[in-house]
Order: sequence, then C-alpha cells, then structure tokens
Amino acid sequence: MFELQFASISEFLQMGEYTFNVWSVYVLFAVFIFINLYYPLLRRKKILKEQKRRQLLQEQAPTREATIDQSKSELASSYGENL
Amino acid sequence: MWPWLQQLGSPRWFYELTGRWLPWLVASMAVLLTVGIVMALLFVPADYQQGNTIRIMYVHVPLASISLAFFPLMAVAGIVTLVWRMKLADMVAKTAAPLGAWFTALALASGSIWGSDIWGAWWVWDGRLTSMLLQLFLLIGVISLRSALEDSDGAARACAVLSIVGCINVFVIKYSVDWWNTLHQPASPINMSSEGPNGPEIWVPLLIMLLAVALFMVVSLILSTRNEILQRERRSQWVRNLLQQT
Repeated sequence: MFELQFASISEFLQMGEYTFNVWSVYVLFAVFIFINLYYPLLRRKKILKEQKRRQLLQEQAPTREATIDQSKSELASSYGENL
Repeated sequence: MWPWLQQLGSPRWFYELTGRWLPWLVASMAVLLTVGIVMALLFVPADYQQGNTIRIMYVHVPLASISLAFFPLMAVAGIVTLVWRMKLADMVAKTAAPLGAWFTALALASGSIWGSDIWGAWWVWDGRLTSMLLQLFLLIGVISLRSALEDSDGAARACAVLSIVGCINVFVIKYSVDWWNTLHQPASPINMSSEGPNGPEIWVPLLIMLLAVALFMVVSLILSTRNEILQRERRSQWVRNLLQQT
C-alpha cells in the first residue's frame, strides 16, 4: 500500500515541476513549528531570570535600606553643620 | 460551584498538571509529525492532475481545520472569565489569540502557494478564502484590543465578547464551500479500500498530520499559558518556592 514514490534523491528534491510550491510550504511549516516552540521556551527563561533578580534585590533590601538611612543622616548632619 | 471545577480554575494546579503531561505530549507530537511528514513527502502517490502539489494538502488542511478551533476555544474561555471570573480562563484566552493568528496566516499562505500554479491565481475572493482572511483580521483585532486596554480586567471582558462574536465567522468558513460555488472545493469522500481513488494511502497520512498539528496546538498553548501563569502569579508563595528550586 505504501510505496516509495521517488527513484532518486534528486527526483525527490525536484518534486516534478512543483519544486518551489511544495518546498516553500514545508519550509514555512518547519519555521512556524520551530518559532512557536522556541519562543515560549525563551520567554520562560526570561521570566525566571527576571524573577530571580527581583527576589535577590528584595532579600538585599533591609541592608540596602540601612545604608540609605545612614547616608541620609550623614547628609542631614553635614548640612546642619554648614548652616 | 463543584469543587473539582474550582480546582480546574487554579493556575497552580494547571501548572503542576501540565508539567507532568508535557513530556508525553511533546514526544507523541514529535513522533506523529515525523511520521506524517515522511509519509506525505515520500509515500503519498502524486495526483493525476495536481502532481506533487497534492503533498501541500498534508500541511494546508490540518492547519486550516485546526485554525477553526481557536475562536470557539477563546469564546468558551471568555464565557468562563465573564461568568465565573477564573483567571486561568483569561490566561488561556490571551495566549490562544497569537497562536490562532499564526495558524490562520499559514493556512492562507500554504493555500495561496498551492493555488498559484494549480488554480492559476494567488488569491481569489472566494467564500472560504475571504472568511479565513476575515478570521485572521479578527484574531489580530483581539490581540490589538487586549494590548490597547493594557491587559486589564476590562481587556479580558472586551476580548471575551469579541471572541464570542468571532465564532459566527467559523460557521461561515465551514459551510462556505456548500453555500457558494466559487473556487475552493468542498469536502471529498474517502475510500476505505485501496481500490480506486482516495484510498488509505491518501487519508491515513492526513489523519496522522491532523493529530500531529492538533497536538502541536495543545503543546504550544500549554507552554505559553505556563509562562503567563509564572508572570501573573509571580508574587505568590508557590512560584517563589519554584524559583528557589531551579
């Protein structure tokens, strides 16, 4: 029932007189499949990376706030001295 | 509402369940796609009138048929969003629209390339072609509407309404070849025996490709919806725990 329809690879690549028609459709199809599998995976990596960065910043937040408070008080006292 | 239905609406449950299913879905999709494409390119006999362009059918028909599933999917998701306010339903609706646009655009492109030599025209204002083009514009409309309303609750509701309206066009697409006798041919009968035309050597690869492309739609939707879940639920504890494990 299922027989190989082409005698050689060059015949297969030529597809009779319809080389462009058949191959452009299959190439477009392959590109479409690839993009719609690859792009979600890429976006997932970006989301996870962004989340990790945010989480790291939040963990550092107490120490960062203390540093900011210290700089603020130093600035305020130096301003007071110049008055 | 029934407890199992409420569980269905939980993004975390969906994320964990699809995480388990995904390897199987991807594997079966890969196998079916490979087998289908190999059969379509190497084993399907050339048509007596259309020659080797008949092989385009094995890409064009699955893409076009399955592109019709997107508006009903978005409409159901939209109704669930409107009535039960399930966030997950809106996430699915959001990710379905761009994928549907890809499917429709590729169905149009593959059909156009097929018709360029066989019909002698890249485009005609045939009933089915025109309604498929309308479906593409409607899907682009849904995408634009969501981004214009900045992905808010209002956007979810507006897109739900547009998706329900867009389902009317699906009927037009499906029955256009019966209602109008313009150019695109109606459905063809199939033959169960190998004697005569349209035997199993023609329709078995088509069935395989239909299943393969359907699986691809499911896989791609699941991948995108999982991303949407990670993004929208990023402040919840289970997502934070997930990140600590990766």
